[in-house]
Amino acid sequence: MKFTLHIWRQENARAKGHFETYHLDNISPECSFLEMLDILNEQLTNDRIAHPVCFDNDCREGICGMCGLYINGRPHGNDDGITTCQLHMRKFHDGDEIWIEPWRAKPFPVIRDLVVDRTAFDKIIQAGGYISTTTGGVPDANTIPIPKHKADQAMDAAACIGCGACVAACKNASAMLFVGAKVSHLALLPQGKVEAADRVRKMVMKMDELGFGSCTNTYACEAECPKQIKRQNIARLNRQWIGQLFGRDRRD
Amino acid sequence: MNLDSKIPEGPLSEKWTNYKASQKLVNPANKRKINIIVVGTGLAGASAAASLGAMGFNVDIFCIQDSPRRAHSIAAQGGINAAKNYQNDGDSVERLFRDTIKGGDYRAREANVYRLAEVSGAIIDQCVAQGVPFARDYGGLLDNRSFGGAQVSRTFYARGQTGQQLLLGAYGALSREIARGSVKLHERHEMMDLVVVDGRARGIIARNLVTGDLERFAAHAVVLATGGYGNIYYLSTNAMNSNGSAAWVCHKKGAAFANPCYVQIHPTCIPVHGDYQSKLTLMSESLRNDGRIWVPKKKEDAEAIRRGEKGPNDIPEEDRDYYLERRYPAFGNLVPRDVASRAAKERCDAGYGVGSTGLAVYLDFADAIQRLGRDVVEQKYGNLFQMYQKIVDVDPYENPMMIYPAIHYTMGGLWVDYELQTTIPGLFAAGEANFSDHGANRLGASALMQGLADGYFVLPYTMQNYLADQIYVGKISADTPEFDQAEQDVRQRLQTLLNIKGDTATHADPSSHTVDHFHKALGKIMWEYVGMARNTESLTTAQKLVADLEAHFWKEVFIPGTADEFNPELEKAYRLADYFELARLIITDAMHREESCGGHFRTEHQTEDGETQRDDENFMYVAAWEYQGHDVTETMTKEPLNYEHIKIAKRNYK
Repeated sequence: MKFTLHIWRQENARAKGHFETYHLDNISPECSFLEMLDILNEQLTNDRIAHPVCFDNDCREGICGMCGLYINGRPHGNDDGITTCQLHMRKFHDGDEIWIEPWRAKPFPVIRDLVVDRTAFDKIIQAGGYISTTTGGVPDANTIPIPKHKADQAMDAAACIGCGACVAACKNASAMLFVGAKVSHLALLPQGKVEAADRVRKMVMKMDELGFGSCTNTYACEAECPKQIKRQNIARLNRQWIGQLFGRDRRD
Repeated sequence: MNLDSKIPEGPLSEKWTNYKASQKLVNPANKRKINIIVVGTGLAGASAAASLGAMGFNVDIFCIQDSPRRAHSIAAQGGINAAKNYQNDGDSVERLFRDTIKGGDYRAREANVYRLAEVSGAIIDQCVAQGVPFARDYGGLLDNRSFGGAQVSRTFYARGQTGQQLLLGAYGALSREIARGSVKLHERHEMMDLVVVDGRARGIIARNLVTGDLERFAAHAVVLATGGYGNIYYLSTNAMNSNGSAAWVCHKKGAAFANPCYVQIHPTCIPVHGDYQSKLTLMSESLRNDGRIWVPKKKEDAEAIRRGEKGPNDIPEEDRDYYLERRYPAFGNLVPRDVASRAAKERCDAGYGVGSTGLAVYLDFADAIQRLGRDVVEQKYGNLFQMYQKIVDVDPYENPMMIYPAIHYTMGGLWVDYELQTTIPGLFAAGEANFSDHGANRLGASALMQGLADGYFVLPYTMQNYLADQIYVGKISADTPEFDQAEQDVRQRLQTLLNIKGDTATHADPSSHTVDHFHKALGKIMWEYVGMARNTESLTTAQKLVADLEAHFWKEVFIPGTADEFNPELEKAYRLADYFELARLIITDAMHREESCGGHFRTEHQTEDGETQRDDENFMYVAAWEYQGHDVTETMTKEPLNYEHIKIAKRNYK
């Protein structure tokens, strides 16, 4: 297959970026999107045309959350429920033009080309996205039974990989789905309820402080989430938030 | 070299208790004066840093990714073992211990493995307290499934994302300590060298991957939790950035490397499909609970499938060879990984393989779907089925999956004693980075168990025993000649690589001169000659080919850019340079071990029916290798394995 690629190139955080156009030929439809970029980089290096295109990637099986490209206007490209590394060239047509950009969001500044800095997500988690336990001194795992449907809902929310597609998809660069997923995961479990009110307050305040936008309920985040995290988690976050405002600590 | 494994006195089941009762401790006020470096944020690193930080130590933790949550532990799918006996099926600490020793083909240290089994239950308690959403049954209690090499159900799981959930639990605990200020996080930082002062590990040189700056960090002790070296084979189930360099630089600074030839090949991965391919995707071992592995009984059927004239569903039941069930009736599809991998290779080599390349076998769920219903199968394995469909573009509910073995895990690693301390005082190694618990083959769902056992429940004790007298030495300075030297060496190494500027015109192989090109070539050599089956001839060939390739690499590679910028090509290059050296050690180790055990299969040493043939009389030891300089054969010291508790037997899964 043949492609024309328009790729965002930016030397570092301070430099001005621009689109650069490259042509690729002889790409197998079984090739993954990132392997296609590997092939491009191989050519750029061998022909000494330009510095290879930098892009974050690691596990290449859709779980680490490291990769994330804005492809033809969609985070992780034109398929549902996948990360960029799980996108294959068979999803494109021969001769397609492909526009590749980094996540566009103020809290995720560009490091180089398609690589962005997502440490803001870590900072939100550090603000309270955990259950305060110290190693040892905890009860037996089966001491507290948890209804299966609650555990399943918690798992649905916990499946978030922290890739940032939700923020990139949102016109406001809101992190509500990311924060909602963590708040929900923990608030649904009896172990997490103890700190639920404190947690939601701290995480939301940190999210605002880091420059993420507000949620206007358009749910682009849900549509683009590679793990298909549901918008109900945002509703649950809002319920938790209002609950803590009125001192009702244990709502879920 | 003197290898003191420091195994405590007393009966096996009391050793850990005795150790803890008599070890030295550091009092809370003094913990604040002690600095610890933890390299790696996977299960072992994150859990160790979180635990040590909570205890009051000052911890600096490093990861090469943008966030600690990306470490490759996240990709573990199937589950984590623990001897809870919640299923009342006869499990116990003793049985988990025995299964692990047997699974490792009697090449692991008894005392370490027993301790691992002993603390396994506490890991599950800890994770549940952290909010890890393990699978539960309708009564709200924890559910289990079975994994290879066991006849009980002791594997706890969170759908097909157990590693992710456990890592997020440890990441949560770590994040809490970062917020409290006890742990300082250095993301996008790579350890480039270990600094040894007066024989003790005293710090590291790290490279800031964004700016390229070399930074110095000093500490009273260093923990290496940097995973395994499976990516030496290029194609593996490891993440792209997983590498063996941190362990290798420690080895060069004096840490012994144990059993490097023990490499695990996982039987159920999506087969290779093209030269551009960058990695192999694992299909969880848990699938073997319900999936049945088969190839056609008749060669002509296999050939027709390879030509695309027939599909798996055209082969009637009586013409299918469920070869694992046939050869190993007692364990069936749940034999350990090394056994399942070799059996798949045997069938494919004999001409019964399927897929266009003939290098694949079927993993079939038709029976399970009929027995349990599609809903139940979807609930258990939905995300794995989805992953398969996205990659291969075939619906596994309708057609059997095609799978083939791939490099997955390395049992070898830095030699550690009972305290997880390497041969360099003050340098500890945890998780896959050490060699300690899995012998010559690791059982499924035991990597997560070991990583968390080391980090939560072993290092926080054993490190104190080392640190107790370190309260007298005061703050460690990074402004010493040793740090100067280490930093200068790193700078020099990077510049040497950048200076090569290989020219395609003068190439032996003019097709390409990128780092990946050389890495792929190394991977092919390793897979072909040092992979699932090895012998003197193949290893000799590999030795020569690796040396040739390495020479070409140092003349012909081209790395664009500079050392003072974000430069992934340079990162790949210095990791590959280390892999060339490690490859030689793997080959040397494989050559010297004239027996077959676990994942190390020497074709000269097999039984009539193709099973591994151990030589307990001559090889019941750990081979610990000592670096002697570039291009010099390393010297080996044996740590004899004394089995006081368990009765040595032939490993039998029939």
